[in-house]
Amino acid sequence: MTKSTSRLNDILEKNEKEILDDWMREQLASGTLRKDLITESELRKQSAELLGLIINATRSGNVTEISGTEWKPVLDFLAATSKTRAAQGFSPVETATFIFSMKQPIFTRLKKEAGSNASVLADEIWVATVLTDKLGLFTAETYQKSREEIIRRQQMELLELSTPVIRIWEGILVLPLIGTLDSSRTQIVMETLLQNIVDTNSGIAIIDITGVPAVDTLVAQHLIKTVSAARLMGAQCIISGIRPQIAQTMVHLGVAFGDVVTKASLADALKYAFRQSGITVT
Amino acid sequence: MEKIPILKLGEILLVSIQVDMHDRLAITLQDDLTARIVKDRARGVLIDISSLEMVDSFIGRMLGNIAAMSQALGAQTVVVGMRPAVAITIVELGLSMQNVRTALNVERGIEMLQRAVEESEEDTTHEPSGT
Repeated sequence: MTKSTSRLNDILEKNEKEILDDWMREQLASGTLRKDLITESELRKQSAELLGLIINATRSGNVTEISGTEWKPVLDFLAATSKTRAAQGFSPVETATFIFSMKQPIFTRLKKEAGSNASVLADEIWVATVLTDKLGLFTAETYQKSREEIIRRQQMELLELSTPVIRIWEGILVLPLIGTLDSSRTQIVMETLLQNIVDTNSGIAIIDITGVPAVDTLVAQHLIKTVSAARLMGAQCIISGIRPQIAQTMVHLGVAFGDVVTKASLADALKYAFRQSGITVT
Repeated sequence: MEKIPILKLGEILLVSIQVDMHDRLAITLQDDLTARIVKDRARGVLIDISSLEMVDSFIGRMLGNIAAMSQALGAQTVVVGMRPAVAITIVELGLSMQNVRTALNVERGIEMLQRAVEESEEDTTHEPSGT
């Protein structure tokens, strides 16, 4: 419906230079520009490129349906820009302002072109608003997605980092656990420990929970599962690093580790493991 | 009909499960093994499941049953070489298998069995029937 009537492309093309200048001024004045993250010339280059792409896209006559193929270059460019901005540490507002600050310069030109014809002006402004809003929302969404991507990646890294299995002696493994144990983490802990038991042919595994902030019934159950699985494979597990506070909470909650050997410190557990495997330290 | 071979190694019977266990095979194994324990007067049974990749609740229970039956016939059972995935499955299925002894590999399993057999020999030396 807006295809034939809108003069947006005309106006943009005719005033490209002025709009870019105004837009730059607008961005610099908005106070959300991060001079520490992006230089003015870089920003100008980005803005000019985007404006050029938008003019190209509007030339087709389709000015508001950004899902069309003619808008693909614009969306690709915006996606790339917001991704880099997300990675560089721009805030969502700063990223969105990049697009929204384009409104004012365009509106000014529209006003000039439409002259006193209020209904044409209103129509044109509406078209321009819809367009900039769509582009802005797209930018914000991509920004959000890239941030989530970063968070997900960091979570994965954290999981990998948080479950080291150390071969402390021949036939003795130590698994120091740090942080809260939840189901997904227990799964990884269990798999890593069992695989390591097979790989190193170890008969004893010490699970040290000094770094686990709280032991509730769920955590205890997770630990017991891990211990049972290791036992089925033929390895004995010792749980060490139980702090006085945790021992008290466990008793109050009625949590029991059953017949699993538990020790207060890693040193005690190691001593026990040595005795079990017939190693004497002098 | 396929069968799982049972090898005699002194006082120990060695069972190595190399194929996927299905229910009928498991029952045949139970029959064969109990018969062999009696016939060979075995004192220990070693079940190697290092090639077993899949386990369901029936097979899990069968392993427990075999251990209990052997115990009743006077032989100790050790299950060796369980894979991590199998161990996790058994735990998740809620099968405790508390009465089954386990070892990492055949070598350790045999060591463990010999020790257990010796211990039980010592217990029975004062009885007139012990030889």
